[in-house]
Amino acid sequence: MQDSLKSSSYQQLEQKSKYTNMFLRWFLYFILILFASYFIFPLYVMVVTSLKTMEEIRQGTLLSWPSGLNLESWAVAWGGRGYGAGDTFLRPYFWNSIKMVVPAVFFSTFIGAMTGYVLTKWRFKGDQWVFLFLLFGCFIPFQAILLPMARTLGVLGISNSVVGLVLVHTVYGIPFTTLFFRNYYVSVPTELVKAARIDGAGFFKIFFKILLPISAPIIVVTIIWQFTQIWNDFLFGSTFSFGEAAPIQVALNNMVLSSTSVKEYNVDMASAIIAGIPTLIVYVLAGKYFIRGLTSGAVKG
Amino acid sequence: MKTLKIEELSKNFGSTEVLRKINLEIDEGNFLVLLGPSGCGKSTLLNIIAGLETINEGNVFIDDYNVSKVEPKDRNIAMVFQSYALYPSMNVRENMIFGLKQAKTSKEKIEEQLEKVSKFLQVDQLLERKPSQLSGGQRQRVAIGRALVREPRIFLFDEPLSNLDAKLRVEMRREIKKLHQQLKTTVVYVTHDQTEAMSLGTRIAIMNHGVIQQNDTPENIYNKPSNTFVADFIGSPSMNLIKGTLKETSGEISFTASGSNVEIPIKDYEFKDKSNLNNKEIYFGIRPEHIYFKKSNEIDFEINLRANLSEYIGHEQIITFDYANQEILAKFPSTIKIELAKETKLFFDITQISLFDAKTDERI
Amino acid sequence: MFKWLEKNLPKIVMAPAVGLIGWFVYGFVLWTLYISFTNSKILPKYELWGFGQYEKLWASRKWLIAVDNLLIFTALFLIFCVVIGIILAIFLDQKIRAEGLLRTIYLYPMALSFIVTGTAWKWILNPTLGIQKMFRDWGFENFTFDWLVDREMAIYTIVIAGVWQSAGFVMALFLAGLRSVEDEIVKAAKIDGASLFTVYWKILLPMMRPVFFTSFVILVHISIKSYDLIVALTQGGPGISTTMPALYMTQTAFHKSQVGLSAASAMMMFMAVAAVIIPYLYSELRRENAR
Repeated sequence: MQDSLKSSSYQQLEQKSKYTNMFLRWFLYFILILFASYFIFPLYVMVVTSLKTMEEIRQGTLLSWPSGLNLESWAVAWGGRGYGAGDTFLRPYFWNSIKMVVPAVFFSTFIGAMTGYVLTKWRFKGDQWVFLFLLFGCFIPFQAILLPMARTLGVLGISNSVVGLVLVHTVYGIPFTTLFFRNYYVSVPTELVKAARIDGAGFFKIFFKILLPISAPIIVVTIIWQFTQIWNDFLFGSTFSFGEAAPIQVALNNMVLSSTSVKEYNVDMASAIIAGIPTLIVYVLAGKYFIRGLTSGAVKG
Repeated sequence: MKTLKIEELSKNFGSTEVLRKINLEIDEGNFLVLLGPSGCGKSTLLNIIAGLETINEGNVFIDDYNVSKVEPKDRNIAMVFQSYALYPSMNVRENMIFGLKQAKTSKEKIEEQLEKVSKFLQVDQLLERKPSQLSGGQRQRVAIGRALVREPRIFLFDEPLSNLDAKLRVEMRREIKKLHQQLKTTVVYVTHDQTEAMSLGTRIAIMNHGVIQQNDTPENIYNKPSNTFVADFIGSPSMNLIKGTLKETSGEISFTASGSNVEIPIKDYEFKDKSNLNNKEIYFGIRPEHIYFKKSNEIDFEINLRANLSEYIGHEQIITFDYANQEILAKFPSTIKIELAKETKLFFDITQISLFDAKTDERI
Repeated sequence: MFKWLEKNLPKIVMAPAVGLIGWFVYGFVLWTLYISFTNSKILPKYELWGFGQYEKLWASRKWLIAVDNLLIFTALFLIFCVVIGIILAIFLDQKIRAEGLLRTIYLYPMALSFIVTGTAWKWILNPTLGIQKMFRDWGFENFTFDWLVDREMAIYTIVIAGVWQSAGFVMALFLAGLRSVEDEIVKAAKIDGASLFTVYWKILLPMMRPVFFTSFVILVHISIKSYDLIVALTQGGPGISTTMPALYMTQTAFHKSQVGLSAASAMMMFMAVAAVIIPYLYSELRRENAR
């Protein structure tokens, strides 16, 4: 009698947990999807708005589906209307950004790699302090250097130019790139370097023949990180350039803020998407490297 | 009533069969060791007993109740993990009473249990410390205390000594043995270390590839291994397995190693099946410690073999002999001088042999 | 000659990085610090003026509003990002199908610039054609959502957009943290009878203290530097109701030609960041050395 009582209470336990589990599972998915909509919502609105005509926008709501694939706003956002002066469109600024990003990413990554290499494999007294010294550059609010930088660019004759921006982004990218490479090389066993030195390899040989070949993951992380930071920058772009030399985020902001004619929200949205597509594509394709950069850079401080 | 009974238990991970129709029973107060190499399924079996893993086929009974689908917390079990798994953000006291608090035990009972167990395990001075402030041995005692405090029906240990250095391992092993003697609890203990298994267990279940090879007392496992896997797994160095054939002539059985013409008479051996022994291909099993340099009893078999290698381990030495081009090992005290590359007279204690079918690897 | 080169090669290779940072970071910050003690207007003057700029700064109504906004924004930004981040991390830790897809969705906003984010949300929060119209067209005729142009509420629109951008990052940090916990601890908790909620609340989250710490530091850092988002979403308006220190600094330097005052505001921002970062770096390095 006791036995069957006990076993039925075991059965009840089983049943109860089965139902609560199912309920919890549904609740879980519900919340996750709710948040997913919060995150997707702006992207959806941007795309959908960019495909509507202003008439449709005024009549419908944020969520309503466009009647057709109206790509006119995209053409205007990219290439303008051909009115001449006063007509801003993204194309030239898109290329400005490319011309700025490519060299800046390259130089900052290269310098970061070499510096990270030295700091981890050629240790010397006080190298921790040097690392801290460089690391600090990750954290400073750039407002503290805007004024002197503006003057310096002027003195060097490169203010309001793509070259000037390349310099700025390279310099202020160094702390981050050094952080990434240093943290990566720290976990590469020094035995590798020691063995190479015994074999007679010198400083550069060790770097190019031993460390570089195994650096692919961190190079990807660094490039993605730098590309995203520099492409998305607005502060430096708007402070150190204007007009023709401006990078794309500055141009986007100018376009959206200009109140010369009737507000064209569809063009605004198309412009925003164009400005955001490169980094978005990089993220979708190589997202896990992006995340690795975020978490390792942040957690290791 | 059996404290633990496992019936026709099978478990797969995907397409891999990890446990195959396991059957196992233990009586109260027994210390059952699940022994085997990595991947044999012992940890999975332990997790299933705990309720941390699901079952594909079969049942688990604790005190005759079918607990196959019951949550771990309702099974009246407690577990000590390899890494101890103490909650890092809680101190020792909170760690130990956590389970009791979850079970909504009264405050008085909790204090009573805590005092009893912490005094018993000598961790009562450590109650306010955090796990990171404890030594390895202390952490283990706290982990055991966390289990003890709940007075479970079965204690489960998952390789608790594997993370310790050799010296501490021996110390902690004796502590666990003492604990078991005093408390007479029912224990299921997983390890891959056969010395641990032999010294701690009242019963050992040796597993390989998801199947129990032999479930027996340590003495039987040592003296009467049921197949070559068990014979080889237990003992350091393991049992010598010499390939050869049996001959039966008018009731007299003898063994000849392949490549030799020496006949070893087999007397007083309990055969499972005395038919078809003639010309049977077998493995002749004899442990290194049962090969002597002096006659130990009347029916010892005398043989001259050439010594090839000697390994000195302190109080003992292990000598490798050549027997018809098969290597066999013998264990002698290190006070004996054995000359290498020469023939030495050896004595096989044939009351301690095990014979195995060469095709099935089973004991005959 | 070559011997010397060989021996000092590491230091030489390191020199560009150290030199550039030394000049463009430390040197520049010191210059800004110096200028904040002068009476520079359009062009920098180099005679020291004492704390005059700082007095001016803290007497400025616009600056006080900026600081006030920063505090409100930081508090809400922190709370929402961390709460949402933790919830999402815990939920995603439950062996969800399509976990990869969901993670991508929660994190993609971080790939966008603040200008793009600000532009999108500016449209969504548009007082006549945005969310307000959406709800009204659905039948809620008296629904108003004109926070964007409301002096009191505009600051909260920045919170909405900011949280949208950064919550996923906090989620990524906590998810990584939760996953680094060895599963024997969760097993032990299950045997001890802890419910799923208790496992997280009493055991796993307390173990996440370092992640909390890191998240706070990084979020505060992002918050103090907020500039792009404000410019794109509200331009500091309506009026100056959503102005923030970064915006103040740029406007005083380049629109109001008050270089000295701007430098002072920049140094205040610098000190705020230093107050958070320096203890953090110190404790991190101590932890690393203790290992």
